[in-house]
Amino acid sequence: MTVGVGKKRVAICAVAQLKNDPDLWHTRFQGMLLEILEDLQRQTGFRYGEGGVEQIVSVSDDFLDARTISNNGVQDVLGGQYLAEEKMAQEGLNAIGYANAVILSGHKDVVLIMGHCKESQGESRNLITNCGFDPFYGRAVGLDYLNAAGLQARAYMAKSGLTDDHLARIVARSRQWAAKNPYANARETLPPGKVKASPMLCDPIRQLHAYPVSDGAVGLLLASEERAREYTDRPVWITGFANAMDAFFFGDRDLTSNFALKKAAAKACERAGIRDLKGAADVVEVMDCYAYQQPMWMEGLGFCGDGEGARFIDEGGPGKYRVNLSGGALAGNPMIIAGLYRAVEAALQLKGEAGDHQVPDARCAVAHSTNGPAGQFHSVLILEA
Amino acid sequence: MDDLNQYQPFEVDQHLTAHGNYWAGRAGSRFYRALRDRRRILGSPCRNCRKVFWPPRSICTFCFSELREMVEIGPLGTVETFTLVTYAEPVHPRPAPFIYAVIRLDGADTGMAHFLDEVEYERVHVGMRVRPVFAPQRKGNILDILYFKPL
Repeated sequence: MTVGVGKKRVAICAVAQLKNDPDLWHTRFQGMLLEILEDLQRQTGFRYGEGGVEQIVSVSDDFLDARTISNNGVQDVLGGQYLAEEKMAQEGLNAIGYANAVILSGHKDVVLIMGHCKESQGESRNLITNCGFDPFYGRAVGLDYLNAAGLQARAYMAKSGLTDDHLARIVARSRQWAAKNPYANARETLPPGKVKASPMLCDPIRQLHAYPVSDGAVGLLLASEERAREYTDRPVWITGFANAMDAFFFGDRDLTSNFALKKAAAKACERAGIRDLKGAADVVEVMDCYAYQQPMWMEGLGFCGDGEGARFIDEGGPGKYRVNLSGGALAGNPMIIAGLYRAVEAALQLKGEAGDHQVPDARCAVAHSTNGPAGQFHSVLILEA
Repeated sequence: MDDLNQYQPFEVDQHLTAHGNYWAGRAGSRFYRALRDRRRILGSPCRNCRKVFWPPRSICTFCFSELREMVEIGPLGTVETFTLVTYAEPVHPRPAPFIYAVIRLDGADTGMAHFLDEVEYERVHVGMRVRPVFAPQRKGNILDILYFKPL
């Protein structure tokens, strides 16, 4: 049986994104959000309060903002002081899942989502992600998302046949597309040879296999089907959303199994009534913070068989399935909101507003995100025009 | 965007220090006492699921039954995956470069992420057999195991 969303539908009416930057040291994140907010207001003319935006879902992280209750620092900028404002502290794509539930439940009709992150603000993002581990065993030995990815990369490359050469080609392709995306962070093209010559960070992950430190902000306006046309002529429909979490302790997990992603993808497809995502999707945006993750997550989404990541690259899978035409997370989106950037890119494709990297007649798009060490937690969003 | 030259933006230095104490839990307390006082590594068996967990825990990950028993695991183990860390962070207990590995201790069904040492990186491989080197002065934390080394 298909667990559908019934007759109610939720639309993404408008999206706005700040150009990702390696170090916006001269701008506070409140100022970054204001630019996004004014962009969305210019596009839709939305107002706050009854008959307008009645609920805000913000996305930020206490550790990255270096303060507790990080949403408290931006509530006034978001217009949240007299409204319902709630913070999504999990990866930002889940804010869309949450707003979708709020609207489907009939609780509110129009929801504003606003996310921000300045990875550059702290001494090192590795210090932040070290705290993503349990305090007894993981943090104490110095684990962080980067070295956890190194441990996963070796295991996955052994399973899938992925080589240093494949990884260099993945990065080079990401940069080619990023050059066409005015919002990407790392936009200069890179030949594969240069990627292969970059120093090791965490063998087999080289410096250029890792996404650059990024600052950014992003916003979306969502509305019920009845209200969507007040804000846009080209609504993008949320047809499936799901997430799944793998085990808490790092050593409990089979690092190459894509356990959580397969579950999230299956549930999202079931809700969207899609049997074959590979056949249905016109564009895919995956959150590939490290080069090896692009084929690995594509495998988890079902675009190639188990352990066939290398073959997927060799056979031109990323081009065939139009994967990460924005440049992807590899070209630089901050953590916590990299999934929202995926959703924004997917929505722009379906609206026909993706500029130089537009796919003609895109009808169905997948946006994926992950959080936690080495793909512990995954979210999958399916959008249709 | 404002004209940066005109108002000359300024950053303030911020330093957060946050020491804290966590209760290690029922199973964790027993684990750390055994490690510190007897150089023994303990895991939690679930008789229903026929699994032995490290880190030890009070509830089975799979069937949620209460786990009261603890068994000794290791000390020998097998490398499942590994990496060479060549960047430095203040939270790393050792200076880079150093080797991390996920080690499956004999008798356990889950892995332990820890250091490998006394081995050339080129010699490290999946399936390598290793044993722990304990700290002479143990304090009751996971660094009471200094690192693992090949048999």
